[in-house]
Order: sequence, then C-alpha cells, then structure tokens
Amino acid sequence: MLGEITLGQYYPADSVIHRLDPRVKFVGTLTFIVALFLVKGFLGYVMVTLFLLGVIKASTVPFGMMLRGMKAIIFILLITAVFNVFLTPGEIVLVKVWKLTITREGVLQAVRMAVRLIYLVIGSSLMTLTTTPNSLTDGMEALFSPLKVIHVPVHEIAMMMSIALRFIPILTEETDRIMKAQIARGADFKTGSFINRIKNMVPLLVPLFVSAFQRANDLAMAMEARCYHGGEGRTRMKPLRYTAADRVGYLVLALFLAAAILLRIFGGGWI
Amino acid sequence: MQLELKDVSFIYNPGMVYEVKALEHVNLAIEKGQFIGIIGHTGSGKSTLIQHLNALMKPTEGQIFYEGEDIWGEKYDQKALRTQVGLVFQYPEHQLFETDVITDVMFGPRNQGLSKDEAKVRAVRALVQVGFPEQYYNSSPFELSGGQKRRVAIAGVLAMDPQVLILDEPTAGLDPAGRDEILEQIRFLHEERGITIILVSHSMEDVARYADRLIVVNDGKIPFDGTPKEVFSHYRELEAMGLAAPQITYCMHALKERGFDVDVTADTVEEARDNILKALGKPLPAPENADKKPAGKAKKSGRAGRR
Repeated sequence: MLGEITLGQYYPADSVIHRLDPRVKFVGTLTFIVALFLVKGFLGYVMVTLFLLGVIKASTVPFGMMLRGMKAIIFILLITAVFNVFLTPGEIVLVKVWKLTITREGVLQAVRMAVRLIYLVIGSSLMTLTTTPNSLTDGMEALFSPLKVIHVPVHEIAMMMSIALRFIPILTEETDRIMKAQIARGADFKTGSFINRIKNMVPLLVPLFVSAFQRANDLAMAMEARCYHGGEGRTRMKPLRYTAADRVGYLVLALFLAAAILLRIFGGGWI
Repeated sequence: MQLELKDVSFIYNPGMVYEVKALEHVNLAIEKGQFIGIIGHTGSGKSTLIQHLNALMKPTEGQIFYEGEDIWGEKYDQKALRTQVGLVFQYPEHQLFETDVITDVMFGPRNQGLSKDEAKVRAVRALVQVGFPEQYYNSSPFELSGGQKRRVAIAGVLAMDPQVLILDEPTAGLDPAGRDEILEQIRFLHEERGITIILVSHSMEDVARYADRLIVVNDGKIPFDGTPKEVFSHYRELEAMGLAAPQITYCMHALKERGFDVDVTADTVEEARDNILKALGKPLPAPENADKKPAGKAKKSGRAGRR
C-alpha cells in the first residue's frame, strides 16, 4: 500500500557510483545543486543534464526508481510553476486575463524552476539510492567533524540522522500494518471529504505514535545496555579511506563546478 | 464453498530487484464451519495468504471467491466482505487507539453503519465472548495488561459479526495461561456460533489440539493439506521446511522404535496416553477425557469467560 517513499531507500548494486566514498557523493550532490542554480543559458542546462545523465548511467540504478521520488514533489512543483507563471513581471506580455498577466519571462522562469526542482530531487535521490543510510551519515560525520572545535555535537547529530533514516522503513511498514488492521475493521482512508479523511487518520496515527515512542524507548535502553555514551573516544570498525577512484571523483566534480561557473559568466544567450 | 482460491499468485515488487513470489498458483477451498490451522515458517507466505482472504491484498493472478462471488469482480463491495471475513493481525493490540475499551470495540460496527446503541450491544457481546472483565469497559486500552489488550483487539474484529474469523498468531507473546484462555475462547466461538476459524500458528501442539484441518504453507505453495494426523505423518518433510510435528508425536515414534507396539499417530498428550494404555491392554480412563478435545480444558475457559 505504501512504499512510494524513495528517500532513504537504498538500491543495491555494484557500480562505480555505489563504490565511491560517501564523502565524495555528499560533496558531489552539494556541488551539483550549487551548479544547478549557478548556470545560466541553454548551454548551462545542457551541461547539467549531461552530467546528471552520465552519473545516472554509471550508477546502474533504473531510471524509474528516481522518478518515484517525483510523486512527493508534484504538488510543490505545481505551486512554484503557477506562482512563477503569474507573478513574474516582464515586458513581453503573452496573455492578459482580468488582473492576471502571463509574461514571457514568467513562463521561462517557471520552466527553469521546474527543471531545477526536478533535477534537484533526482540528484539527491541518486545519492540516497547509491549510498546506504549508514555510510551516508558516516560520510557526513567525517565531513562535519571540524565543527567539533566550536562544540557542535557532530557525532550525536549524525547518530540521530542514521537512527531516523533507519526507522523510516520500519515505520512505513508499521503504518502499512496498522492501516491494514484498521481497514480490516472497516476503516476508510481513501474516500470522504477532506475533513472526514483527516478525522479518519486518528485510528492510524494514535497507534503509530504509541509504537514509535515504544520503539524509541526500547532503542535507548538497548544502546545504554551496550554502553553507548556519545562520540567521545569512539572508534570505527570500517574507517573511511579515500581511494584512487574517489580522487578522480573529486577531480570530475571540480571540473564540473568550474564549467558551471564559466557558463554563468560567459554563457548568456537563449534562455 | 465459503471461500475459494483459484490459481492465486502474488508477487511483491514485480519487475524489480526485490521481486518476491509470495504465493504461487495456490488453490484452496474452505468450507463453512471448519477449524483450520495454517502453519509455515516465517516468510513462507502465510500472512500474504490470509490477507488475500479479506481483500486486503489483490492477487497478481488468479481469483478468489466468497460465497461463490468473485471478490475482485467489478461491483463487489470489498468493505462489506471485510465484515464477513474478520482478520485479527499479529499483535492486534497495536491497533488500539480509542480512549476507552468499549469505544474501541465499537469502531468496527460503527464503520458498518450501525447506530451507537446497536454498536454498543455488539461490542458488549464481543467483549463477553472473549472473556473480557466488565469493570474495565471504560478504562483506557493502553493501561491494560498484554493479554487483556489482545482480548479487546480480538473483540474489535468479532464485534463486526464475521462469518469467518482469521487469527494470525493470536497467542504470540502471551504467557501459557493467557495462551490457553485465548485459544479456548476461539474454540468456544467456533462451537457456539459456528463460524469458520482460520488459525495461523507456530505451535504444532496448538494446531494439533484445535484444528480439524491443517494447511502447510511453504515457499508460497501448499505442500500439505489434510487432517493434523495426515499432515504430521509427513514429519520428515515438515522438518525440511523448518517445521515439525508435535513433541508428543516424536515421543510415540521413539517408543515404536524401541520396540513398543503403539499407534504413533497421536498428536495430543491425552490421545498419546490413551494409545499407550491401549497398547498395554489397560482400561481407558473416564470417557469424557478420552475425547481429543478434553472437557476439563473447556471448563476452565468457561470460568475464565465469566470472570
């Protein structure tokens, strides 16, 4: 019934991208997002698209898996598109109805934002699809560890994140089960008015919260029983180490970012 | 035929890396009033199978009929079916959500469109049937003990007045006394109300004691389907599937191997005792105890029900 949530869902495969160090992938995703919002002009979008397609191809993850994440943002996508179309001021007016005007700039802006949002989601789900949640948080912890100097609890934050990610599938499963149990008792989650549908969520949400708190409690107990006391003096079984492939990865990213900056400065034309 | 599965297959995540064939061409016919036990190791497809029976899952292939009607037919009302085929999930107490017991049990009947008063009558009857003590009708379900929560949850399904009651490991996590009480209540429902019971269990002893038909699920198929005695006679094959026969059946086989000429088919302790007495040529004890389903046990549950 559920299971449409791709975020935090790892797609097991053995590809170049899967084998990359999580730090490279994290920095890579950030670089990609920055580049995505940096580029200007037709050529810029072509370059970003090619880069994205190249990484998708290298990851061997089926394209359909990435599109699954789209469902969640369709609503946001529509809203931004509508706002951009109607509220962007511009000189070339295409349509004018009552107080609403559609300008050429508005349409272009809407298309640009839509493309950016779609690429953003695909880019970040590419990271979560090719990296297990655990190695992802390991990577983040390593990247942010310099912040420990100014007393940011990096390890604790990373631990919280990996626990949260770890529990997404568990809670999804749990939701599915409770939903089915209530449907078996005649509950209806799909039809009825908006208010009614919200009311109908109560039989789902109450048991879900109860079990989430119970699980949190059990997990805290289990961690204490194994003497967990935060990041101080904690070592790793598999410390992160860069390989040659990771260095190549950084090089590719640097070139990509440089190209994006150059295209921002020199690549005006067209859009 | 009350429930019938025709060539039913179910595949999780078809066309993906995670593709799992949970059911493969299952054919099954369930008659009204049967007490059926379903056994199978974890992940064998039992849960998938029972969720097909009340239209919570739609088969990838094949058809399911309830009282002769295709439950995935165009105009079929699956919501109405679910009140006919009640399903109690594993750890059903996790689905409790109301502020008091009686309102929680009324949730099902209310969804059937009954008035508050009618629903309350049904709820009280269901709570009595599962032997839930009256003084706690207005307490919060979250304050109850595990066994009592389980009763409330079972009553929640029972209050819809189903013709078929499916229970997925209703005794998991209960202490032996709680387990026996719940099972006796289920048998009581079967005998008094004549409803069809489908009991999923990991306890060979329990299914041997209560079920009159045993269905074994393994890798999405049904390798054995028959009386508990027939099924347990294949105990070597069952072991290969991660299952077993009741302990007492092994005892009887061991006796036979040591040269004691005894009927090895016994699957309850009482029956084993009788078989041994027979083999020794001693008289059987009082006839009421000779029954496969001992009256002594039933009496105990009767007391629990009134408590």
